Amino acid sequence: MTDKLTILIVEPDKTRAQAIIDSLAATGDHHIRVLSASTGLARSVAEMNPDLVLLDMANPSRDAIDALTLASSPLERPVAMFVDRSDDGLTKAAIEAGVSAYVVDGMQPDRIKPILDAAIARFHMFSRMRSELAATKRALEERKIIDRAKGILMRARNMSEDDAYALIRKTAMSQGKKIADVAQALVTASELLS
Amino acid sequence: MRTLPLTLGFMPLVDAAPLIIARELGFAEEEGLALTLQSAPSWSTLRDRLALGQIEAAHMLSPVPVAMALGLGGMRTQFDALSVLSINGNVIGISNALADQLDAAGSIPDFLDAKAAGAALARLKKPLRIGVPFPFSMHAELLHYWLAASGLNTAQALDVRTIPPPLMADAISSGEVDAFCVGEPWGSITVENGGGTLLLPGAAIWQFAPEKVLAVRHEWATSEPDITGRLMRAIWKAGRWLNQPDKHATAAEILSWPEYLGVSAEITERALSGNLLINARGRSRHVPQMMDFFAGAATFPWKSQGAWIGARMAARFGLDRAQSATKAAAVFRSDLYRRHLGPLGADLPAASEKLEGALSEPTRAATDSGTLILGPDRFFDGQVFDPDRPER
Repeated sequence: MTDKLTILIVEPDKTRAQAIIDSLAATGDHHIRVLSASTGLARSVAEMNPDLVLLDMANPSRDAIDALTLASSPLERPVAMFVDRSDDGLTKAAIEAGVSAYVVDGMQPDRIKPILDAAIARFHMFSRMRSELAATKRALEERKIIDRAKGILMRARNMSEDDAYALIRKTAMSQGKKIADVAQALVTASELLS
Repeated sequence: MRTLPLTLGFMPLVDAAPLIIARELGFAEEEGLALTLQSAPSWSTLRDRLALGQIEAAHMLSPVPVAMALGLGGMRTQFDALSVLSINGNVIGISNALADQLDAAGSIPDFLDAKAAGAALARLKKPLRIGVPFPFSMHAELLHYWLAASGLNTAQALDVRTIPPPLMADAISSGEVDAFCVGEPWGSITVENGGGTLLLPGAAIWQFAPEKVLAVRHEWATSEPDITGRLMRAIWKAGRWLNQPDKHATAAEILSWPEYLGVSAEITERALSGNLLINARGRSRHVPQMMDFFAGAATFPWKSQGAWIGARMAARFGLDRAQSATKAAAVFRSDLYRRHLGPLGADLPAASEKLEGALSEPTRAATDSGTLILGPDRFFDGQVFDPDRPER
């Protein structure tokens, strides 16, 4: 009889799945399996019979796993959401990080906690990466808009690029608006007028 | 009045409209609320966000607060249903393969005839795999009710699976399920993609099913009576606005925005107007009471509706029916509805419970201030549910 825990990670993205595996490896020697498909999820989980299921809360297939908490057949191992068995702090931390964990009934919380802590840390990293990516994308888009606004001013008022930027910046400051918003308004107005 | 920020969660479905309209057309602002609407990826995540206080209120499947009161599934927090957000709005769809089989065995039954549709499926004598979005949902309740009355509820004949709405169209075209019950726009999207055919609107099974509710934490409704009232009023006014047929096009347009449904306005308008396209060959049908946000006291949280859900779930999950019906009725807060919406002129029925399924015609009912017309609420098999005798 082995003491290893079987952990199932539901994650369609290979890189993310590997990152989760790496972070869990540090918490001990586990059987870790990854499921990438979202079809037939409930059946696969029943077949693999894991002790713990981890998945991203943003994954719409979470409802299929959640439905397993109702498993009533005597052949099925009842699954519970980890939040049931733990203190509120850990629950909140998991949900804020965006990870949902399901454990098989009767599992000792102290065996799961270090694993969940590692998963929470990893998911926090994911969400930071997501925010950074979004911020970078926004910055790029804003720069594009500002460039277009500068172009419009340069043509319409026959001014240099530096003067055009200075004018947008001055207007933004005097109106208490963001430079990108003033630029956007100028671009929209010029589209309407042309 | 100081503007209060309030975060609400919703699933991207047509019946989230009251929340979206309350925010976009200023009904919330009128009540001094600055609403932030947060789209949820799944019902369990929406439930957990509400339970843990990440959001203050949610667009919720009416059976979810009941399930929590009965201690079924997941979190232990107690939710209240402040008002009903919408009546009906689901559709049952079948795969093209199943549609062909029904055609070969005779014909596809009339779109509004639940009895004939149930009988036709039973005649095929084939096990059915059916997708529903969540185990605690009106979809699941209507399906079980309809199929049991059609003799199809045995474990051998029926395999009900949980599939999130956005994946439903794929599940049926890939053959993972033979049929589904899902909220709009997902039925219409399946038709649009040629993945299946609509067999029946949910309204053909129960004419007046409380589909979604405005859910909050019980403890929050108790500690924040003022904000609760403002929220209820804003949502109620949005429902009244949505009740005007000439506003459907505008509502569909707003719902189509990427932060809400991100689905073309032409598709979302089908459920709002009740004019559904039921197959890829372009056959269309008008469904009376397809989805209602206001008419016939649609938003009143009848205790008997809660009791019906509680009694049905108790039967399915092996709980005491009478006790479950009582617990479930308490979740539907008709008392708060009276307190906060009465002064606004909302129709208030004299009683907070009624026989469910007894009205086959629009019927006048006594109210505190005069009369109110209740919409027809029959079940397809003519059964009547008496909340005082939930064990029957």
